[in-house]
Amino acid sequence: MTATEAVVQTESRRSPPRRGGPPQRSDGRALRRSPLASVGLHAALIMASFIAIFPIFWVLVTSFKPDENALETTPKLINEPTVNNYSEVLAGDFGPFLTWFGNSLLIAGLTTVIGVFISATTAYAVSRFRFPGRRSMMLSFLVMQMFPFVVLIVPLYNLLLTFGLQGSVIGLVLVYCTTAIPFCTYLLKGYFDTIPIDIDEAGRVDGLSPFGVFWRLILPLARPGIAVTAFYAFLTAWGEVGFASAFLSGNSEGKTLAVGLQSFVSQTQVLWGHLAAASILIALPAVVVFYLVQRSLVSGLAAGGVKG
Amino acid sequence: MVTSTAEGTSQGRGATAPRPWGRLGAFLHRHWYAYAMVIPVVVVVGVIVLIPLLQNIYFSFTNINDSTIANPVLDRPARYEVVGLDNYGNVLSGDPSYGDFYDILVRTLLWTFGSVVFHYLFGLVLAVMLNRTLKGRGLYRVLLILPWAVPAFVSAFAWRYLFNADYGLFNAGLRGIGVADPPTWLGQSNLAMFAVIVVNIWLGVPFTMVALLGGLQSIPNELYEAAEIDGATPWQRFANVTLPGLRSVSATVILLGVIWTFNVFSVIFLITGTNNPNTRILITYAFERFFSGSTRDYAIAATYGVLTLSMLLVFTTIYLRVLRRQGEEAW
Repeated sequence: MTATEAVVQTESRRSPPRRGGPPQRSDGRALRRSPLASVGLHAALIMASFIAIFPIFWVLVTSFKPDENALETTPKLINEPTVNNYSEVLAGDFGPFLTWFGNSLLIAGLTTVIGVFISATTAYAVSRFRFPGRRSMMLSFLVMQMFPFVVLIVPLYNLLLTFGLQGSVIGLVLVYCTTAIPFCTYLLKGYFDTIPIDIDEAGRVDGLSPFGVFWRLILPLARPGIAVTAFYAFLTAWGEVGFASAFLSGNSEGKTLAVGLQSFVSQTQVLWGHLAAASILIALPAVVVFYLVQRSLVSGLAAGGVKG
Repeated sequence: MVTSTAEGTSQGRGATAPRPWGRLGAFLHRHWYAYAMVIPVVVVVGVIVLIPLLQNIYFSFTNINDSTIANPVLDRPARYEVVGLDNYGNVLSGDPSYGDFYDILVRTLLWTFGSVVFHYLFGLVLAVMLNRTLKGRGLYRVLLILPWAVPAFVSAFAWRYLFNADYGLFNAGLRGIGVADPPTWLGQSNLAMFAVIVVNIWLGVPFTMVALLGGLQSIPNELYEAAEIDGATPWQRFANVTLPGLRSVSATVILLGVIWTFNVFSVIFLITGTNNPNTRILITYAFERFFSGSTRDYAIAATYGVLTLSMLLVFTTIYLRVLRRQGEEAW
């Protein structure tokens, strides 16, 4: 057994499954909760869940209505249900929906991969090495989030033009990465801080370089943190409108879903049914990503905020 | 504590290694791993944020707009001039033709604190409830986090539809209970501000809830057990164990909440647009100066940007200083 394996094993044996696991104390308290309190708790949570999903549920309901039925003064839950809205949107009656979908997936995917990777290396360096400039870099990440980014569209446009990236996917991806990096780095640094440094040292004893330690040992252990970061980066890029409309080429083929849909909102103000169907189609990938990472969300996000 | 060990190792290596390039070489030898890992982010961020930001600060001291900016298409050189502090003077005078700064500021503060207070309150209540053992906890959690996963413009569409005066569900409900003339929610009144704040609260609660839930799960059990042995009431346990245990997460969540909410653009932009003065906040007004109208007043937009940054810097500095005095760190 290598030193690394030994340390990883003892660590996993030693540390209780605190992260993400249900709090053990609750079992004791739950037994003593009166039936009335349980009913109240469930009632409150059901109401909150209802409020959380209702607006989206209503879009879903509307997406099956013909456009004119979406404009009733006394809306009904079901009214001549049809899937025409979906088939027409997918068939490209309102612009090349599937092309836009592909563009959005490509841009959000690249943002996620690049953003998470470079945030992770930075976060690892900040977590493990005490190099000059470390604290000021983190502080400047905080300051970066204070500036209203939309105001930077003109200078950014000029900048991308200078580098020949204006109108290109990679230019937009880099801008998205920049907006996602500060929080991603902060979160991952918090997560890496919770991974014992013994593991790094054991890895070094086994002859791994610091990069090898990061890539082969720490990243796999930081999966929950990576999952939240990826979720955050994906969402940053997936639904964004402002930069996408400014920095992508003007032709219809190059648009993202969010931008494409905006043009269709302004042209066809009354097509609520179609708009609802398109919204559901756009929300789906984000919800899928969410479902994949949701188990990691709590533990992944916790480490960012909890020191020590 | 964590980092000191790593530093120890690298120092040891630095001391024994030859130093062919003198002090700089030793410095690089000692820190090159760290810098190599940081450099992609520093380059990307430096180029994409720092250069435009500096240019923006410079713009705020000029009279740049659509007719004075360089236009490569028309082969027209830049004609804007440095005007010193004029933009700041005009904006800070509160002159309505420069956006009625103090009115917008009040709305921005209302928007920010209205959102953050309720994000925190609802997030805390839901997190405490979800932290108990109960049937269906996983399902509740998924449903409650869902608003976070939905792209902002889809949620904006959903809410605009619900708030619609003629065929929105809210007004249908109001008519159903006998309100003859239900309000125009998203029109030219302060109701529009109320409506966008409601939407923003709905959007932001999941993040706060998840962060606080993580914080709750890191509070050691023993503290609760000790409190129970001491005969603490549930309220006392909440006030003396839960809340202090959440201090560190709360500090971060509130700081980020204020900074982010101050600069949330998409919600107002997508729901009431930039032409409704009742929902004007600093960032949407900057955008309005910037994009709408024939003048495209980049200089005023830039000035609003710099003012926003300055106010948040002052707030954050004070906030972090107060926290540090209490032994906390929020970032």
